[in-house]
Amino acid sequence: MSSVQTTLPPQTGQHGFRLRSTHVRQFMMGFYILIFFAYLFGPLVMMSATAFNDNTYPQVAPWNGFTLKWFEELITDSFMVEGFINSLVIGAGVVCLAVPFGLAGALMLSQIHHKVRSIYYVIVVSPILTPGVIIGISTLVFWDWMGLMLDADFESPFYNGIWLTIIGQATFISSYTLLIFLARLQRFDSTLEEAALDLGASHVQVFWQVLVPFLKPALISAAVLAFLTSFENYNTTVFTIQAESTLTTVLASKVRLGITPAVSALAVLIISLTLVGAAVHEVLRRRERTEVKVG
Amino acid sequence: MNNLLLPIASLIGAGLVILGLMFYRRSQHATGSGFGHFLRRNGVFVSSYLILSLLGWIFFMIILPQLYMVDFSFSHNLPPSKIGGPEDVYTTQNYEYLLFGSPGSEDAFNWLHLKVFLRTILAAVVVTIIDLALCYPVAYYMAQSASSGKLRMMALCLLLPFWVNEILRAFAFRILFGSGGVFNNVLMGMGLIDQPVDFIRADVGLYAGLSYAYLLLMIFPLYNAIESLDHSQIEAAKDLGCPWWRVHFEVVMPFAKPGIASGCTMVFMLSCGALAAPQILGGPSSLWFTQIIYQWFNTGGNWPLGAAYALVLLVVCIIFVMAVMRLFKVSFGEIIK
Repeated sequence: MSSVQTTLPPQTGQHGFRLRSTHVRQFMMGFYILIFFAYLFGPLVMMSATAFNDNTYPQVAPWNGFTLKWFEELITDSFMVEGFINSLVIGAGVVCLAVPFGLAGALMLSQIHHKVRSIYYVIVVSPILTPGVIIGISTLVFWDWMGLMLDADFESPFYNGIWLTIIGQATFISSYTLLIFLARLQRFDSTLEEAALDLGASHVQVFWQVLVPFLKPALISAAVLAFLTSFENYNTTVFTIQAESTLTTVLASKVRLGITPAVSALAVLIISLTLVGAAVHEVLRRRERTEVKVG
Repeated sequence: MNNLLLPIASLIGAGLVILGLMFYRRSQHATGSGFGHFLRRNGVFVSSYLILSLLGWIFFMIILPQLYMVDFSFSHNLPPSKIGGPEDVYTTQNYEYLLFGSPGSEDAFNWLHLKVFLRTILAAVVVTIIDLALCYPVAYYMAQSASSGKLRMMALCLLLPFWVNEILRAFAFRILFGSGGVFNNVLMGMGLIDQPVDFIRADVGLYAGLSYAYLLLMIFPLYNAIESLDHSQIEAAKDLGCPWWRVHFEVVMPFAKPGIASGCTMVFMLSCGALAAPQILGGPSSLWFTQIIYQWFNTGGNWPLGAAYALVLLVVCIIFVMAVMRLFKVSFGEIIK
């Protein structure tokens, strides 16, 4: 905006007016951005504050004094702890599926003939645009029916909430990882691969010693993204989880049935954890970026 | 009837694989057959990894479950022992239920569910418009005015709330808008009201919470689109005497069309399919369409009916994406970016 003023010819009267109006606009823009970020962080800050208030309802006012008892209540809540452990297991499972699937999908894209490539691309990214509830429902009914057709017994993975949730979440998280790998592969110099092959390396060696090291930053950020997305997922999980529970489903039922500051305490923990996770992700991304600049 | 699906699906799958290999061969120079070339290019290990992964993911996780859900939505609600039996025939009763209600009902149409459906779509459109209006100035500022240090700071700040659990974000809005919440306390403290206002019943909390949840999916596509606009174009328009609002409507917005389309699509889809925020922030009298689907799967115990409802939602979403693509003249690839 400031550059506009310099390009204007110094006219009397009108120039002064214009200068003022751009200043007003600049000020309003700054003010708007302030409000925008208040909207972004205000709710989270308020929620965090209620976790430390000694009040049976999660409220900021009246402030009855600082307490940590809601954290204590949280840790002794066996449902929460069980859900948390299940969420960790599911997150790990999703990483194990979504990272290789996404990589395979990305590697295949360049090898498919251009006539079917656009159809292929639509298929592999469509899970991102499909509402989460629909992915959950289709996974549930499909594997339930597969179990029925194969006469699997009730203890088998076909009816197990943890397995179904891993499969359901990996369906769309693989598409996210695919996009990460595609972005990285665009910068891959395929002559490296050819050079290694010419020098007598086997295909397996090329894969592990040329491609995988090049993709390492993308592999790490894909794994982090897959884990975090899985951890906070609700829409798909709520259909596939069946008799089991994850942290989000326990949380949702708690919030719906009656609200307690223990949920705020959990929020404080999760916000701090995600802050750490996001910071790690950001550092890795920056390192990747500087690496590109150097290379 | 249901057991027809597996043979049909395998046929489709085999057809796709053969088609893929044929195209593969045609795409290469005349160096042997398609599959042999694929093997030679990648080696046995990588080839089998690629094929197995894609079979597992695309076939068993994307295509087959969706196809089976379509099939399932046309079936009766039967106990497992009767599936595959003589009563297992196709029916459109699940779709008729959404339109006309149960056969014995008095009304001509199932207004209860149809109203919820229409309100969900309408509310999703409103949320999309709110998000577009909120995000456009910030995205413009980030793309055209902010210095690089400020930009990095802002991007980081925007990303952080996105990583906080969906349920907790909705819960935060419940704390703000509840009867003993922050807003009521502030308003009563200022003496503007003497009774707490029921923001939750008025759905204020729901709209605020939903708009909040999907802000980032609007901001980043907008930012990406506006960022590639050459700043001298804006300056040229201003030099030629264009008022600032016309610069936005006639220079920036037409240029940022793919970004606007992409952001609107994402926000609309996600708010249509939102479940947590309506469950937590929805008033006692207002239902979201996904909540009805959820009820059929849980307390209602009628999975085929739930699947039919879910499919209707999916079809509406697909129509919306197609309409946006047609309206803004953008391709599918541009929406995903």
